[in-house]
Formats: sequence, C-alpha cells, structure tokens
Amino acid sequence: MNDITIADVRVAKHQNPFITNIHKYRYLYLLLLPGLIWVIVFRYLPMYGIVIAFKDYNIFKGINDSPWVGLANFNRFFQDNYFWPLMRNTLLISLYKIMFGFPIPIIIALMLNEVRNISFKRTVQTVIYFPHFLSWVIVGGLIVTLLSPDGLINGLITMFGGESTTWMARPEYFRTILVLSDIWKESGWGTVIYMAALAGIDPQLYEAAVIDGASRLQRMRHITLPSLMPTIIIMLILRMGSIMDAGFEQVFLLLNPSVMAVGDIIDTFVYRVGLEQQQYSFSTAVGLFKSVINIIFVVGTNYIAQKAGQESLF
Amino acid sequence: MRRESWQDNITQVVIYVILVVISLIVIVPILYTISVSLTPYADTLKRGGVILWPTNITFEYYGYVFNENSPVPRAYLITGIVTVIGTAISLLITAFTAYPLSKRYLPGRNGIMWIFFFTMLFGGGLIPTYLVIRSLGLINTLWALMIPSAMSVYNMIIMRTFFSGIPDSLEESAKLDGANDITILFRIVLPLSMPVLATLGLFYAVGKWNMFFDALIYINDRSKYTLQVVLREILLMSQLTELIPERASALPPQLPLQMATTMVAVIPMLCLYPFLQRYFVQGVMIGAIKG
Repeated sequence: MNDITIADVRVAKHQNPFITNIHKYRYLYLLLLPGLIWVIVFRYLPMYGIVIAFKDYNIFKGINDSPWVGLANFNRFFQDNYFWPLMRNTLLISLYKIMFGFPIPIIIALMLNEVRNISFKRTVQTVIYFPHFLSWVIVGGLIVTLLSPDGLINGLITMFGGESTTWMARPEYFRTILVLSDIWKESGWGTVIYMAALAGIDPQLYEAAVIDGASRLQRMRHITLPSLMPTIIIMLILRMGSIMDAGFEQVFLLLNPSVMAVGDIIDTFVYRVGLEQQQYSFSTAVGLFKSVINIIFVVGTNYIAQKAGQESLF
Repeated sequence: MRRESWQDNITQVVIYVILVVISLIVIVPILYTISVSLTPYADTLKRGGVILWPTNITFEYYGYVFNENSPVPRAYLITGIVTVIGTAISLLITAFTAYPLSKRYLPGRNGIMWIFFFTMLFGGGLIPTYLVIRSLGLINTLWALMIPSAMSVYNMIIMRTFFSGIPDSLEESAKLDGANDITILFRIVLPLSMPVLATLGLFYAVGKWNMFFDALIYINDRSKYTLQVVLREILLMSQLTELIPERASALPPQLPLQMATTMVAVIPMLCLYPFLQRYFVQGVMIGAIKG
C-alpha cells in the first residue's frame, strides 16, 4: 500500500492493472521465475504424471497416448494377497514410531528446560543433536555392526553370561530395531522445536506462580505444558500427514530376506515393483493410494484439532 | 520452603542422571566405531568385541580405505563437488524465491505461496518423479543430484520469515537511490542475512552429503557413484573386495575395515559440527517463531 504514488494511480487508470503490476514489480517477479519453473517442473509435472496410475503406461507411447484402464491398477493392488501384510507392516511400524518416538523429544526438552547449569545443558544438546546429521547408510551400518554376532551388543551379553543372537535375522526384533534406531537418530534433534517454544514463554508467568506458592510440578502442569500445547498439536498434525511413511531409507537399508514378512512396507514395495520390475502404472497407483491416505490423515487431524479449539495448520 | 528446595534438588539430580545416560547412549556407538577402526582386530577379539577405547593404535585399516583400487576417494570427490555446487544452487534459488514472497505488497503473493506450500502436502511420488527426471535426460548426470532437490519449501519459508524481519526503511532508501530489487537483494538483504544463510547452507550441505536414495536411483554409472552409495556397498552389503589391494598377502578383517570407512565418511561432519552447531539451532528458532 505505502508504495502507491499519485503517479501510479494515474497510470493505472489508463492501463490494465495486471500489466501495471507486472511492470511495477518486474524485478521481484523476475526473481520468482527460477523457483516457479523449478516447482512446476520437479513438483507439479510429477503430479500430472500420476495419471499413469489410471492408464496402462507404455514407455514408447508416452503418458498421453497410453490407454486408459480406469481403476484396474488399484483393484489389482487391493485384491493382491500381499495388500494386507503390506498395510499392516507400514501402519504398525509408523504407529510404533509415533507412540514411542513422538513424546520423547517433548520429555527431553522439558528436562533440559529444568537444567540450571548452562554449560551442562549446552553439552547435552550438542551431543544429542549429532546423530540427526548422520545418514541412514551410516546409522544402518552401525546398527548392523553393533548387532552382528561379534558386535558390541552380543559382546556385552556374553560378557554377562547370556547367549549371543543374530538380531537382524530375527523377525520378532526387526520392528523394535527400527523404532529404537529411529528414536536414537532423531529424538535429540526433535527437541529443538520444543526448546524454541519453551524459550518463548514469558518468565513473568513463572514469577507470578512462584509468588502464589505454586510448586515446580504445578508450574509445569499449569504454565509450561499449556504453553507448549500449540507446538505439540502442530507437530502431531504434521506427523499424521506421514502416517503411511514408515521411514523409507531406514527400512530399505535394513531389510533382508529373513525379515521381509514383518518389514516390507509400501515404499519398499513401490521401489521394487516400480523401478526394479518397471511396472510403472501399478506402482504409481500404489504410491498414489499412500499419498491419499496421508492427506486424509493430515486434513482429518487438523479438523479434529480445530473442533477441539486447538491450534491448527490451515 | 525448605522441603520444596530439598525436593528441587532431588528432581535436579534425577534429571541430570537421565540426561547423562541419554548422552552416553548417543556417544557409545560412535566411540565404539572409532575404537574398532584404530585397534588391531586381534586386540578387539581378545576383549570379546566390547571395546570403547582404542589400544595399540594403528592406521592400517584406514590405509585400505585409501588404497589405489578403493572407490572411496573418487566417491568422496564426487560427493564434495555435488555438495559445494548443489548447496550454492540451493541457497540462490531459495533466496530468489523467498525474497519476493516476503514482500507483503506483492500482488499474487498468497497464491504463489500456496503453489509452493501445496507441494509440502502432496507430491507425485517416486515413479512419476523418476519418469520426469528421466525424460529430462538427467539420469547418470550429477545434475540429477543437485537440481530436483534444489529447494526445500520448508527452508524457503524459514528464509522468508527472516527476510520479513529486515526493516523496510533500509530497502526504501536504496530504492530512492535508484537501486532495483535484484541489486537490493544482493547488496543489502543477503549481507544482513548471514545467520540464516549459514544455517540453511548447512542444512542443504548435510542433505547433499548424506543423499543416498536419489543417488541410488538416478546414477547407474559406477564411475559416478556417490559416497553414500559406496558406503552402502561396503557397510551393508559387505562388498569389500575393492578395498583390498591386488598384492595383499592376507585378507584384512571385515569389521575394522567397515568402521574405518564409516569414520572417513563421518570425519568432515564431526569437524564442522561443533563449529556450526549454534547456527542451525538459531535457524530453527527463526523458523519456529512464525512457521
């Protein structure tokens, strides 16, 4: 508003306002151009490519000339014997990760917030943020090594008189290993966002509470937690938006034939069927099914949060 | 009052103990990796594999990682190039997009913002994205590792938030002197944005250095393999033949070789990390204020 001068208004009267604006802000629009081209080519063109989920895509005919098949690819997936095991693995791994992994950063942040020794606090933060910056290849390699027959874990177990186990080949441990290693890698970094929210709480609230005789626990329950709630809700909504993502790279790297039955997830299935067997249409349909469930969950959680009078994303 | 402070002290002690334990859980695997890579394997075995401090330090296993047949040095170089050029491209395109979108008066700003925001909720998925990259002829080129992942919309929003915090008066006076928006961005706004550029630069650089999946599916030519793809072969598929020189008299043990390779990949991160740590926490703080 403050940029409109009388001269601009006069010009605008005689010209199409759209063109006037484009001209007036031409340098800003010029700056936007690379980003817009990028988002169209690398984000929206693939979205257009989703139509092959409803076609029998043939490389030589291209997207447009391949014949339509309606929902045939989806029916094939839903009727596949492998559909339910795949859904169960994906949802179980993802839900375990949310159940056990989501609260931990909040708890660590609350504990860090109570620490009065600043250099101790900084040291702990420096240490626990670090694994986030390691790749899943490195962390996967570490897990396999630590759990190998002559690795550290089995070494400790035999030292205390137990028997060593081939952890990575045992289906009953696979999901636990996924959840724990995810917690190891990401929980520390997950505290950052909550630390930011905690730093934003007005110290006067605490001072007033102390004067009123509130105990440490009462302060946490009536000031800290309510102040943290909007951040928690937003993080939860965002997390629900990836309910069908059980952690592609992690699972892909750790998956081995002996744990296939409990560890194969939708993403690894799409990779195998799509890129290794080149069933492009079918795997795109499976991928689209996954994205749609994700969207339903993020919108649904957002709606519930809104109805409950809580913070919401949009 | 006295009972309250006594309880306080107990709580403090419990919290300190828990936080120390958590830190140890993070440190132990890293300490183990360092120790195994530096200790003669016979010593490691003697201790039943329970080793958290190196003894009789040897750099023998690191020698294998850098032998003349090893794929690691070349992968290192390629990943270094992708990281440096890729991060520069990412920062430029992110700043170019974030700056106009930080201007409240720009017509169409909200609509354009939605175009970007929507891609955070929904995407084409693995196969359609792969087909686009392939039809652009990017397969087996290093561009495939730099361009499709050039911008993170999340990072762009963080940068936009930072830009909107810069007082308009600075830019207005430059405008009166006849500077256009592009000049202002380079001469005034970017120099004032060093903290956010450092933070996001670090995020992008770490992302490129650790990039695995894109490299796996877009690069089939072995001579262009990146560090993470080579690491996967060595660490997770136990393909160690290339690490063993042709004239080797005895086969080296697998575990310390793998741990030495891990260290070689992690060392740049370990060196840069303490130095840059304050920047990225700062960056997340900026983003969190007005996400």
